[in-house]
Amino acid sequence: MKLTIWQRLDVTVRSLFPFLITLMLVLAMALPLPAPSISHIMPLLPMIAIYYWIVHKPDLFPIWAVFVIGLIQDLLSGGPIGVSCIAYLWIYALVNGFRRRFASASFARVWHLFMLIAASAFVVIWLLNCLSLLTLVDPRPLLFQFLLTVAVYPCFAWLIARGQRPFERPFER
Amino acid sequence: MSKLAGSVSRVATPLRAWWPRITFVFLITLAFGLMMLGRSDAQLIERARIAVMDGVAPFLDLMTRPVDTVGDAIASAQELANLRSENERLKAENEALRHWESAAHNLNAENEALRRLTNMTPDPRLRYVSARVVGDPGGAFVRSALINAGTEHGIKRGQAAITGEGLIGRVADVGERSARVLLLTDMNSRIPVIVGNRRYRAVLGGDNSHQPQLLYLAPTAQIAPGDRVVTSGHGGVFPVGIPVGHVAQLTEDQAVVQPFVDWDHVEFLRVLDYELPGILNTLDQPVPGEVAGAASEKAN
Repeated sequence: MKLTIWQRLDVTVRSLFPFLITLMLVLAMALPLPAPSISHIMPLLPMIAIYYWIVHKPDLFPIWAVFVIGLIQDLLSGGPIGVSCIAYLWIYALVNGFRRRFASASFARVWHLFMLIAASAFVVIWLLNCLSLLTLVDPRPLLFQFLLTVAVYPCFAWLIARGQRPFERPFER
Repeated sequence: MSKLAGSVSRVATPLRAWWPRITFVFLITLAFGLMMLGRSDAQLIERARIAVMDGVAPFLDLMTRPVDTVGDAIASAQELANLRSENERLKAENEALRHWESAAHNLNAENEALRRLTNMTPDPRLRYVSARVVGDPGGAFVRSALINAGTEHGIKRGQAAITGEGLIGRVADVGERSARVLLLTDMNSRIPVIVGNRRYRAVLGGDNSHQPQLLYLAPTAQIAPGDRVVTSGHGGVFPVGIPVGHVAQLTEDQAVVQPFVDWDHVEFLRVLDYELPGILNTLDQPVPGEVAGAASEKAN
């Protein structure tokens, strides 16, 4: 099928949507909250989005997008560079490695797998932070962050699913 | 022709199958490479950080305005409710402050006279730049604030950032229209301070908790909970005597400081331009003796 230029533009915007939504969540993480103690254990929203896209729409979220989101998050946070990149690539590899378990999995099952994969990713983040700062950093904030991230997963997964519905690709069904 | 196509596909097919793995390994290596680079060559990474910060700050600025407006509306409604008791309290406070004002005038005059008497060099001029906090990007391990003022407004790296209550941190990265303030609670923050009336020197070191610690305090120093902690001005970047906090807890091996800053209500802050020619310019090359400043510069 030959596409007109508008259709092409349309397809481009639709395929960029997952990346842009995830980028928005990276920015949302940086918003100042009235209580700073909450912002230190703020759920890692980009991780939810990245996991969601890799599981449900892998063709819309290529590996370089995973890398770029991690890089922007690291540059913005002022923490060691590369930590989020590696953690998100780790999630990417795990989901693709166990791709068969996700096939026709129920929502509860996907959430449960998210808990396991996110736990391992948070361990990776902690280890890399220790490595790059050359000290044993306190893992407690990460533990709370992990619990909150898992807790808010259903809510954000639902929002993302709702948000992307109008952007489903009409030409590739 | 078909033979050639066959041999191409014989190479291309396994390559295509391996392609995702090759990309994955490449990106992982790149990420580790960037991690190493971030430790050794901070310049390049810092430029990238500044670019991202400058790009993001206007969006955050826009996004935070409604949040702040709602917060302000709630606050003014609460104020309206207890206007009367607030008025009473302020009257009492005003009376007390008037007493302090006259004391301050007397002390100032006396100070001037003594300075003239001893021919002391005057303190450098102070200039303030006020900025809005538009971001709190730190995450679990970094305590920092993004503000909407940068080199355009005269902000330079290393300057002190204060709120109405006292010191909040120092400028770590500066973009054109944005800057990142490393809060004094961050574990890379090191600020030279003076403790108590007997003016013991120490370094205030953050540990990511709400209460930073006093480091390098002389073992003979006699301090007590409640002693005021102010900046010492050692290193020449910070002015002398900015209030920081008070000693909150003392154990055998550590002294913990409660900062004056009200962390829950930091919407605006002021960056101090402390004009001490010659020292700010050499900030990038650590000056011998400026141990504390240099250590935290490197850590950034």
